[in-house]
Amino acid sequence: MTTQRTSGRRKQAMAAAAVVAALLTTAACGGGKDSDGSKNGAAGFDAANNKVAQASLAKKGGTLRFGGAQDADSWDTTRGYYGFAWNFMRYYSRQLVTNKTEPGKEGAKLTPDLATGLAKVSDGGKTYTYTLRDGITWEDGKPITSKDIKYGIERVWAQDVLSGGPTYLKDFLDPDGKYQGPYKDKAADHLGLKAIDTPDDKTIVFHLPKANADFEEVLALTSASPVRQDQDTKSKYSLHPFSSGPYKFESYNPGKDLTLVRNTNWKQSSDPVRKAYPDKITIKFFSNANDLDQRLINGDIDLDINQTGMSPQGRTAALKQHKANLDNPVSGYIRYAVFPQSVKPFDNIHCRNAVIYGADHVSLQTARGGPVAGGDIGTNMLPPSVPGSEGQKYDPFELAGANKTGNAAKAKEELKACGQPNGFKTTIAVRNNKPVEVATAQSLQASLKKIGITADIDQYDGSQTTGIIGSPSNVKKKGYGVIIMGWGPDFPTVQGFGLPLWDSKYILQSGNNNYALIKDKAIDGLFNDYVNTLDEAKKTQIATQINHKVMEGGYYLPFVFEKFINWRGDRLANVYTTDAYSGQYDFVNLGLKSAK
Amino acid sequence: MLAYLIRRLFAAVVMLVVIILVVFSIFFLVPKWAGVDIATSFVGKQADPAAVQAVREKLGLGDPIYIQVWDFFKGIFAGRTYAAGGDVTHCAAPCFGYSFRSEQAVWPVLTDRFPVTLGLALGAAVLWLVFGVAAGVLSALKRGSLWDRSAMVVALAGVSLPIYFTGLLSLAIFAFGLKWIDAQYVPLGQSFTGWLGGMILPWVTLAFLYAAMYARITRATMLEVLGEDYIRTARAKGLREQTVIGKHAMRSTMTPILTMLGMDLGALIGGAILTETTFSLPGLGQAVLNAIRNQDLPIILGVTLITSLAVLLANLVVDVLYAVIDPRVRLA
Repeated sequence: MTTQRTSGRRKQAMAAAAVVAALLTTAACGGGKDSDGSKNGAAGFDAANNKVAQASLAKKGGTLRFGGAQDADSWDTTRGYYGFAWNFMRYYSRQLVTNKTEPGKEGAKLTPDLATGLAKVSDGGKTYTYTLRDGITWEDGKPITSKDIKYGIERVWAQDVLSGGPTYLKDFLDPDGKYQGPYKDKAADHLGLKAIDTPDDKTIVFHLPKANADFEEVLALTSASPVRQDQDTKSKYSLHPFSSGPYKFESYNPGKDLTLVRNTNWKQSSDPVRKAYPDKITIKFFSNANDLDQRLINGDIDLDINQTGMSPQGRTAALKQHKANLDNPVSGYIRYAVFPQSVKPFDNIHCRNAVIYGADHVSLQTARGGPVAGGDIGTNMLPPSVPGSEGQKYDPFELAGANKTGNAAKAKEELKACGQPNGFKTTIAVRNNKPVEVATAQSLQASLKKIGITADIDQYDGSQTTGIIGSPSNVKKKGYGVIIMGWGPDFPTVQGFGLPLWDSKYILQSGNNNYALIKDKAIDGLFNDYVNTLDEAKKTQIATQINHKVMEGGYYLPFVFEKFINWRGDRLANVYTTDAYSGQYDFVNLGLKSAK
Repeated sequence: MLAYLIRRLFAAVVMLVVIILVVFSIFFLVPKWAGVDIATSFVGKQADPAAVQAVREKLGLGDPIYIQVWDFFKGIFAGRTYAAGGDVTHCAAPCFGYSFRSEQAVWPVLTDRFPVTLGLALGAAVLWLVFGVAAGVLSALKRGSLWDRSAMVVALAGVSLPIYFTGLLSLAIFAFGLKWIDAQYVPLGQSFTGWLGGMILPWVTLAFLYAAMYARITRATMLEVLGEDYIRTARAKGLREQTVIGKHAMRSTMTPILTMLGMDLGALIGGAILTETTFSLPGLGQAVLNAIRNQDLPIILGVTLITSLAVLLANLVVDVLYAVIDPRVRLA
């Protein structure tokens, strides 16, 4: 291993990077100007944002080519936690229910997949019953049974072998952790989880110890996919998952490439969700994000699998010359600063409010990339994609209004009220592998200096986030008064977004996400009401109330409702963004305009 | 000569063991001292305590460091079995560890990526040796001429420009601007011309940096050698200039060049991170960069060891060649 002989030339490097950026921009300008819409057949700027672009042009056949700078954490349906991986897994895995293949908010709604209909809910919301469709098969042609689904779900309990994925199913069905998982199951068929019954191969019944209004949302996660026992290779399943969907694994080289080909045993008649347009789907992983963007612009690949937006250089070139190929969706993520109450003086709400008022929100937005590439100024903590969100209409601190460049007078009032009229010293913790977050921390540091708050920036090892800021004792020891983070919903509800962040039950000694250490009985009570409410309108109302309570506590300083600039290749048809996957393109029904 | 070889081999083995111990300490002891639980970096967003405990068991993180080191050494020769929670993973010898991120043994990952890096390093080395040494010799022989000045200006540029600058520049011009070269890596077994197309820019970019350094060093050494008494004597004896330069001067000039080549080649075989990243070449450098991003310690450890081994071997070869060139070394 070598870093070659280039160290110690920071200034030179910065100058060099600027020249390269300019050159790359120039080189990228070789293509035709198509910002008005269509020289190369692109549908136009934002044409696929919350609406379908060029649906009628999709043809059967061809190879759909993804590129990416980051491989999935795991392609095992039980273990994956990256949003793009869940989106991609629908190519080779099916669930009882899944998200609708429709743009925007409609895509966040559920539709039957392996099941004939949505759940028959009984027993006060504690029993969910599904009947399976006819003709559903594995990649070897054998039928998918209710027992396969139960076994697939049971794998979530085997956290000692299959770590990494979401554990909502375990929390909802067996909160006391009585079941040990299929690998330690003494039953002959390894199907000992009492909360799930499979009276026959076509019927599956879930018994929840306590009602939860989002249970069906959790069944739509890929961790509820069927897995066949004789094909379960345990920890190595991620290298070749056994397909229940229209495509199957042909080859996978971690960090290099992945190829899916048609699963010839999948029947279109058994699947009302997937259109399965291309014959083949490939992913190539790049280590250089600029190279990846250039390949997108050149047409060598069709879209970025990571769906986290183009790099600054690629974005500049694309916005200038290929605007018709771009979409600018809201990502579903909120970027924010959070104040751990264990670190003084952030145990005092007035000190927290002082930081909120003292920050320059336009400057924070600029550090995140500006209104187009960064997002709209965040005014509260519920993402616009989650039901109950009021977007920028709810702005209790007037962060996008009168106070958008900071309100020093109000901040100083708050400092007085918290007994720190001359300000105080604190530390901002920020991941060292996220340059945009570091820039945000620097912007916040500069704003706070103006009101007498001296903030040091600690750039910690970003890959160790769980162990460093996920440990409340470590946060207190290090004196992290402000933590820069971001969060998106696991499923588009207030529970899927906010439960781990705001409910006191989720304060953990390791892997904690309730960084503010919120112990508010009112918030806990509202979450309790939410899970017991089956009426959608009432659920939405509670979500709004929870958001208000969180903001009233002054635990968070939201930066932006994040937005991305994503590339849509000229060859693509039937393209749309969906709230089901935080503003990503819905991969599963992407088509190509030509089979070549 | 044999005794010399044995001495050098023994020193290389000792050095390798020391490197393993140091690397192990950095990866497994330093985080412990810093209060970071390595196991948490292997589990996901919802860190289940059972998962964290299983990782500790599987990787033996709870064992004393000397047991962990012993298990690692044993794995290289006898293979190793990792077991936790009813899942048993066997890593066949030579087992350089197992990546629980990508669920792959480290050794196959290294052997899969090694040919890419080797191809990059060797191809670039041929270019920089041919052009660097030739430019250096010519500059020394035509000292002060236009050629000398021009060559040294180009060499200065090569030494000064970072590889990600020249790399991105060459991609911007030749691959994306003029579209002369596709510059996408294609395995050699798949297509020779495709492989050549994918490697040409990385070779030239990497060779540009090294050729510049070799040209400057060759020139300086050659100038020094040309001032030696024995060169004057050779010329006084009436030897042809070609013989004086080619046989006598070059032999002395090549000694430091050979030493440098050994170290550079060894280091590059461990992965040219910047070049592989810039050109998205799936070699060891890219593997280690991904591993660093994902905190995949076994892969980082494996690549570090391969790099160390490559540097040690390259130095061993250089030492032997050195002894061939200069007999006094054998007696040292």
